[in-house]
Amino acid sequence: MNRTPPLWLRVLAPIAVFGLVAAIWHLAVVLFRIPPVILPKPEAVISALWSERWTLLKGSWVTLQASMLGLLCSAIVGCTVAILFSQSSLLRTALYPYVIFLQTVPIVAIAPLLIIWSGTEFRTVVLVSCIISVFPIISNVTSGLLSIDENHLDLFRMQSASRWKTLLKLRIPSAIPNLVLGLRISCGLSVIGAIVGELFVANSGAYDGLGTIMNAMQANLKTAALMAAIMACTLLGILLFLFVQFLGAVVLRKWTRDAGFEAP
Amino acid sequence: MQTPNIAIECHHVAVVFRNRTSEQQVLDHLDISVPRGQIVSLLGPSGCGKSTLLRVVAGLITPASGAITIEGKSVEASRDKLAFVFQEAALLPWRTVWQNVMLPWEIRGAQSGSKQPTPSKDQLREAIEKTLTLVGFKPTDWHKKPSQLSGGMKMRASIARALITQPNILLLDEPFAALDDMLRSKLNDLLLEIVSQTGCTMLFVTHNISEAIYLSHRVAVMSHGKIADTIDVDLPFPRESGVRGTPAFAGLYGQVAESLARSNP
Repeated sequence: MNRTPPLWLRVLAPIAVFGLVAAIWHLAVVLFRIPPVILPKPEAVISALWSERWTLLKGSWVTLQASMLGLLCSAIVGCTVAILFSQSSLLRTALYPYVIFLQTVPIVAIAPLLIIWSGTEFRTVVLVSCIISVFPIISNVTSGLLSIDENHLDLFRMQSASRWKTLLKLRIPSAIPNLVLGLRISCGLSVIGAIVGELFVANSGAYDGLGTIMNAMQANLKTAALMAAIMACTLLGILLFLFVQFLGAVVLRKWTRDAGFEAP
Repeated sequence: MQTPNIAIECHHVAVVFRNRTSEQQVLDHLDISVPRGQIVSLLGPSGCGKSTLLRVVAGLITPASGAITIEGKSVEASRDKLAFVFQEAALLPWRTVWQNVMLPWEIRGAQSGSKQPTPSKDQLREAIEKTLTLVGFKPTDWHKKPSQLSGGMKMRASIARALITQPNILLLDEPFAALDDMLRSKLNDLLLEIVSQTGCTMLFVTHNISEAIYLSHRVAVMSHGKIADTIDVDLPFPRESGVRGTPAFAGLYGQVAESLARSNP
């Protein structure tokens, strides 16, 4: 009963859904005479995507840079914190509640504060992106560093291995798959963080990421263009996700030459 | 005074595992001694404390009371001379066979306090080649990762890793439990070969009676944290698989099985 449908169906079915939704959308706009400022026709969105292509591409490029830098920062900060956590249970007990706090505080609420401190600049956007995406790295890498096979630990104990040697030759290599997993979760968050940051940086003129562009479009009631920008944001997120996915697959394959040692 | 001919001496060793609700006497003032160059098998049902005893001898568990001496010295002082083979091969999956075998020296290498002199790069390469050949690795498999190896090959690599530091004493914790009979008997012969070449003392934990008899000078039957019985195996060395079919072997098998049943009702 649960047979996988053939390839043509798997390709055509989502496209058919897209067409159907677009058709209903179009009909609704025509039938109920919805003004384009509230809901433009789907073809208007497509044409806005085309006419604004250079603005959107330039904005996407800036946002991509911000989110990749944000992700890189969270990888560096996250791994450092995780290593410190793995070395001291006191540090872990004392600081973990605040790491959870970082995860639960609504980033939208502290973004304005960050802008007061750090200015309406690129680095603020990177900072917001980093703060929002660092938690999965910390928690995944910490658990990877701590959940080591007992036999492997005994093996190192038998050689009277120092704490440093155990960290370097056992804990860190064991945690690589956890880092890859953490990055996979974080990359989507880093894009969200960058766009949220940009929405708050707003029209300073000094910055033109997707978020700032969307702000301007909203102010000018360019609804079709705004929807096109939303599509660009989504595409950007998918792009970064695929990139991290690919990178992770390459790293994991090289790490264990396939099979037997999958990501947890 | 210690007799220098005793490799492992345990005197009144007690280990208690505690958790919130209960206390379990895992080793109950146990005595055992293993003469140098001999193979002693520890046989018993699950939970009788045989693996714990092995870990105590390895210095991985500190006993609540009692004394362990390794070649007349404390466990800490003899760590360099001990090697442990784990139940699962316990190879590091991101390292090749070669790198796994090299690991003990890599850990010891730069560390101060190691009593054995660190071998040079060339000496080490030669030692790894020799050891891998001894355990039956073809050069084409030297640089494979564990995920590309069969269970038997993983175990061979694990044994090679234990041998690389030239230990005087090998501690093996049910190394072949997960392997089929054919492989098990092949690896038993490999172990005997290793002992005859290196003169290692061996403490071997198993729950397979036939394996225990075939490998050892002496079988120690354990029960509830104590050595319930020891049976000397007076079959000649070197041993060959044919010995398993002899009446003497069958007699010993019956004797061990009966002792096991009597002490663990």
